Amino acid sequence: MTVTTDTVSRFASSLSGVGVELTRTEAAGFVGALEALVEPPAVGAPLGIDGLSLAEAGINAEPTSGELREAKTGVTRVGKGIASYGTLVLQSDAGGTEPTALYPPRHVGVLCESDVIEDVAAALDWLGDEFADGRDSAVFATGASATADMGELVFGVHGPVDVNVLLVTDR
Amino acid sequence: MSDAPSRSSAGKRRQKAERIRQVMAAEGETVHGNIAGHNQLRYDVTDEFEPFEDYRSQARAIKEDAIDRLPELIDTVTEAVEANGGSVYVADDAADANRYITDLAAQQDAGSVVKSKSMTTEEIDVNEALEAEGVEVWETDLGEFVVQVAEESPSHLVGPAMHKTKDEIKALFEAHFDPDEPLETAEDLTAFARDFLGEKIRAADIGMTGANFVLAESGTVVLVTNEGNARKSAVTPDTHVAVAGVEKLIPSIGELEPFVELIAKSAAGQPIANYVTMLSPPTDSPTLDFDEPDEPLGPGGPDHRDFHLVLIDNGRFEMREDESLRETLYCIRCGACANSCANFQHVGGHAFGGETYTGGIATGWEAGVHGQDSAAEFNDLCTGCSRCVNACPVKIDIPWINTAVRDRINRGADPGTFDFLVEGLTPDEEPGGMDLQKRLFGNFGTLARLGSATAPLSNWAAASAPGRWALERFFGVDPRRDLPTFRRETLVDWFEAREARGPGMNADRRVALYPDVYTNHVLVERGKAAVRTLEALGVHVELSPCLESGRAPLSQGMIETARSSARSVADALEPFLDAGYDVVAIEPSDLAAFRREYDRLLPAEEADRIATASFEVMEYVHGLLENGADAAALDPDGGPIAYHSHCQQRTLGLEGHTEAVLDRCGYDVVTSDVECCGMAGSFGYKSEYYELSIEVGESLAEQFESGDAAGRPIVASGTSCREQLGDLCDSAVSHPIELIAPR
Repeated sequence: MTVTTDTVSRFASSLSGVGVELTRTEAAGFVGALEALVEPPAVGAPLGIDGLSLAEAGINAEPTSGELREAKTGVTRVGKGIASYGTLVLQSDAGGTEPTALYPPRHVGVLCESDVIEDVAAALDWLGDEFADGRDSAVFATGASATADMGELVFGVHGPVDVNVLLVTDR
Repeated sequence: MSDAPSRSSAGKRRQKAERIRQVMAAEGETVHGNIAGHNQLRYDVTDEFEPFEDYRSQARAIKEDAIDRLPELIDTVTEAVEANGGSVYVADDAADANRYITDLAAQQDAGSVVKSKSMTTEEIDVNEALEAEGVEVWETDLGEFVVQVAEESPSHLVGPAMHKTKDEIKALFEAHFDPDEPLETAEDLTAFARDFLGEKIRAADIGMTGANFVLAESGTVVLVTNEGNARKSAVTPDTHVAVAGVEKLIPSIGELEPFVELIAKSAAGQPIANYVTMLSPPTDSPTLDFDEPDEPLGPGGPDHRDFHLVLIDNGRFEMREDESLRETLYCIRCGACANSCANFQHVGGHAFGGETYTGGIATGWEAGVHGQDSAAEFNDLCTGCSRCVNACPVKIDIPWINTAVRDRINRGADPGTFDFLVEGLTPDEEPGGMDLQKRLFGNFGTLARLGSATAPLSNWAAASAPGRWALERFFGVDPRRDLPTFRRETLVDWFEAREARGPGMNADRRVALYPDVYTNHVLVERGKAAVRTLEALGVHVELSPCLESGRAPLSQGMIETARSSARSVADALEPFLDAGYDVVAIEPSDLAAFRREYDRLLPAEEADRIATASFEVMEYVHGLLENGADAAALDPDGGPIAYHSHCQQRTLGLEGHTEAVLDRCGYDVVTSDVECCGMAGSFGYKSEYYELSIEVGESLAEQFESGDAAGRPIVASGTSCREQLGDLCDSAVSHPIELIAPR
């Protein structure tokens, strides 16, 4: 699938609108780019992207529950990025993408540029096929967790306060 | 005579007024600040979202189909959830659901449950049921947590603690938790609640969520939140219980798109919610045991996670069979009807709500799940202004649900002592026992006819001290309101007596001008202005007979009386329509009856014919000018002007026509942006609602007394708006047509 530069730049501008930091890297510079985004201690869920290793960046991909709880950063794959809203599609899996993206105060999502898609319609189309293949739980996450219930808008409630996307431009 | 219905009604009205006064004083300002903000954000976001209307139509069609196929979808979801390794229980009612859930908690020896926000679990009072069995329950949505700690009920479908200020929450937390560090800012309060609830979530045995939607084909629960609490409550404990009304089912992920696009925009003016979670449990996510911090995360899947989908009937299958309540089941509980409601904005859900649900749609929910008595408590707060109609993402006719339930409440009343008398005097189609106040306002057409026939005597008598006393005592007409002054010479009298100046029957356009009751008997000048304007623009004008359109009885829930009015109007208009006349109405609420409600009151073809041929007077003038009529024939002074359109006129999309005509005639127009003036026909006259009506009106008056609008002459399209503005702004208010009419 080819992704137009238009879609990627729309994604970038939507991310900035929802307060998510975007970092671009080629696969070759992945480890360094990731290290720069991580506040330790960090935990991760396996990315499943050829040639990208969490271990080389010192990320613990098999954490204990105590380590998950104490982690400052969680690194996961982002299944798709939705350009129209700057939304990250996070699929629940046995590797722990859901709790890893949810518990630590900083979430770093690793996204292949070829996985940036235009809108919610395209994302649900894709997800419909994933559902049919049995990968039938996912979250559309847009920005940091937030509440206005305490009288003003506050970021960082039950989910992360700080979301970063690491976009791998040659994947 | 001590049990006379008039006295007990007067007492009830005083109690109701007192209750509204208390809620307004305690919560009104906070509610208004929060809700008016959400409402404006909704307009900002939806106005810029081009496919909004298309998605509304899609969402409506999907819900209609899903409710139609509900039994089949329940079978489908049951198969899907069971295939995934979970269980489905369809509970007949609250007790049945609570029994299933408390039994499950007992089987699992569960000490605590954490919950994400769910109105359906509020509806069944599951917290109380669990607590009665010794199970601790914690609400993890911060607003819901505040309400839980305060031991209050949610004041809004989406923002349960919308009635509380930061300082009130601070005082609440300090009194209840006695925290080590003082809590000063909203960040402090949020951090405190997050840490407190974080511990509860990590320790809980069961996580309970609601569901915004349930996808039948895959057995998927869709949860829409901003805080992340639903995600944590669902993924952290090994057991997940999702509680949802049966109406939450839609066929599959293929139908989800319009709802994802609509729900957050409608609820809070957010383009998309921070988290749209789609879980088909038991999920593969690893299990988390925080009591064993040195152990790796556990395996997930059906052998290690437990999932129960509890689908609730609790009256919904009966609602599905009920022509008037069925639409309620399409509701996605976004709260847009509450946010767009002027009364709700000023009083909130603790007055405008029943046992569980709040806002305009609450009448349907409460009547369906808790019964008519719960709906009767607040149903009158819907004035039928219709501002929620275009706001609802699934196009529910919320005012009609309120009207239909009001009609049932009227019919359910016990016949009282004086009914034989009232039955004889009022020409309506309503049963004995109906509230006298509603009957008075519902029969305004008859009153006005008598009023003009006997003016000025009728005006003196009504305004006299004994007259006002009787009106208040027996009919609940607030003595602080000026009464309309009936004119001896009606518009019809004037029209018949004058020498015609128009272009005659051979004119290109011929109009049957509808003299509504107010224009004919009270605001005669705007009627004359309409005749003169239309004639000056080359239109042949005749008056249709002065008949009540049905609007007045509809506003009181008197549907059969309204139907009979609509019948008379349709018969009177028929010869005009046959002869190719257009129908022009001056009062927007009557035009709205022709265009919106006649479809409910008359055979479809007849209603459609009237709706298609009817125009609001300034809309019609706009059309004439656009089609070459000569504006030079009009007589405007031009200059700065402040304009308040009418709620129902705006819902029909007709505010802009008046602005365009005034602009073209040299006026510099500033238009109000409040949802309603607060008078809303008879509402502001009723003694129990007078103070709320004034409070709502003040929001409008403030707009016209400040900034660029201050000091401008005021025009308003509706009779009620004119009276309200006249009272509050101490200024003569006229109709826009009076500004441009030749003299």
